[in-house]
Amino acid sequence: MSTIDSSIEVGETGAGITDTVWTEKGSWLDRVPRAVSMIVLFAAFLAIWQGVTLLGVVSPIIMPTPAEVGRDIVTVAINLLSGDYMLAALWITAKEVFFGFIIATVVGFSLGVLVGETTFGERAVMPYLVAIDTMPKIAFAPLFVAWLGFDIASKVALAAFIATFPIIVGTAAGLHAADSNARMLFKTMGASRWQMLIKLKLPTGLPHFFTGLKIGSVGVMAGAITGEFLGGGKGFGELIRVAASMLDTPRVFSLILYLSLLGLGLFAFVNWVQQHFVFWHKARVTTAE
Amino acid sequence: MNAAAAFLPAESKPREVVYELKSVSKTYAMRQIHALDNVNLRLERGSFSSVIGSSGCGKSTLLKIMAGLQSPSAGSVVLAGKPVLGPRRDIGMMFQHATLFPWRTTLENIVLPIEIRDGKQAAAAKHEAGRRLLDLVGLKGFENVYPGELSGGMAQRAAICRMLITEPEVLLLDEPFSALDELSRDFMNMELQRICMARNATAFLVTHSIPEAVILSDVVHVMRPRPGRVVETVAIDLPRPRTLEMITTPYFGALVAHIRSRLDKEAA
Repeated sequence: MSTIDSSIEVGETGAGITDTVWTEKGSWLDRVPRAVSMIVLFAAFLAIWQGVTLLGVVSPIIMPTPAEVGRDIVTVAINLLSGDYMLAALWITAKEVFFGFIIATVVGFSLGVLVGETTFGERAVMPYLVAIDTMPKIAFAPLFVAWLGFDIASKVALAAFIATFPIIVGTAAGLHAADSNARMLFKTMGASRWQMLIKLKLPTGLPHFFTGLKIGSVGVMAGAITGEFLGGGKGFGELIRVAASMLDTPRVFSLILYLSLLGLGLFAFVNWVQQHFVFWHKARVTTAE
Repeated sequence: MNAAAAFLPAESKPREVVYELKSVSKTYAMRQIHALDNVNLRLERGSFSSVIGSSGCGKSTLLKIMAGLQSPSAGSVVLAGKPVLGPRRDIGMMFQHATLFPWRTTLENIVLPIEIRDGKQAAAAKHEAGRRLLDLVGLKGFENVYPGELSGGMAQRAAICRMLITEPEVLLLDEPFSALDELSRDFMNMELQRICMARNATAFLVTHSIPEAVILSDVVHVMRPRPGRVVETVAIDLPRPRTLEMITTPYFGALVAHIRSRLDKEAA
């Protein structure tokens, strides 16, 4: 009986289709696998790019064809794999990113705990952090160069400076994430403030902390490259700057691609660590309700 | 049987008083709110008491004072012969939400009170006791499951275990099953009765539901707001173990009607 009833209902709304399965009716576009649609979109993008440059809409000096960029990607790959000067440059930038990220994580976490956990931090320190955060941090680059020289230290400082703030915010927000029920429960168990922090607030706040780390991992790349643009040195940013000044645009594009692989790697690493430490967050079914 | 006489507290069987509140009052000076006024309570060993009242009648304040989370403005609060001056391990508490921590397995959640009070080693030593409690509440085999995989009712069973692990003198229950659907709630209430009887636990329940208070309790305290105080103490003279079928008896209906009339009067 019930199946007949439902088929009639569907028939009314579904224009005579006497089938209870509705989900099949989606557009054919929705059924294309994700990888295929991504590849198709990318191919279309390349085709338009190639077409625009071949038709001479844009000058080939400022906009290379995808084919040229492709050839240069191979050239750079050979240079990198043979351990030539580009690998040395990438290594320098990677070091800047790595140390910048470590410093940002340590400083950001510490300040985040100070701001999120103590009244002094929240009342006295937080306003200054907000004030500094609203400043365009890139503008500090010349100062860092003046203080720390043209070596990697100034780039590490700028990278760390930019990446620290999202980590502070993530940590502080995480410390406030534990709800009042959980706090009350801990109080009834006679938990000390330290235990409350270690056993409740920090684990509860881990997802927020990792969100801060992810935003920071993007910022740290921007900081390192900007530092190299403005402060010289021998890193990848310098290679890009030199290539751009010689109007070697295919080289600029391929260098950016390899740089983005570095950024992607860092992001993926943070993501991997998060999956490892916050294993419960993905598989979380509502426990409270 | 005289219906009115049945509502009087039974004074036939004098038992050991576990928890006693004498003339407890609470005023919040800042807001000039008189939350509790002269509340007297005696919880006998193995008895189940409830407090029922509208929102703002001081139930939560009363419970927080009994849990040692707040201090009374006046009066004495004595558990097992010692005044309650803060949270104590011989007070077990349970809330509306199970609040299990998703990074700990069910068993690790259950021994958390021990870990906080006595450290990790003591908690590890209590794993066997925790397993026995899981067995008691019907969660055998779930010790290594993470709470994300437990249903609402199962999570509350685990919360019961966590409350019992310190072997408390008194169980304070703050609407423990009100977040569950009604069928699970009835079932869990019967489970709660079974667990309390098995352990001869002294329980104190705060609830919004009159039938829940009546079916579970030996005594129901009806509270009235502004200022919060107990206006009537109703003894529930139903045999144990209670069953859900008792809800349909005339005596049960009369009790519920009587308590409701008291509450309606106060609300008006």
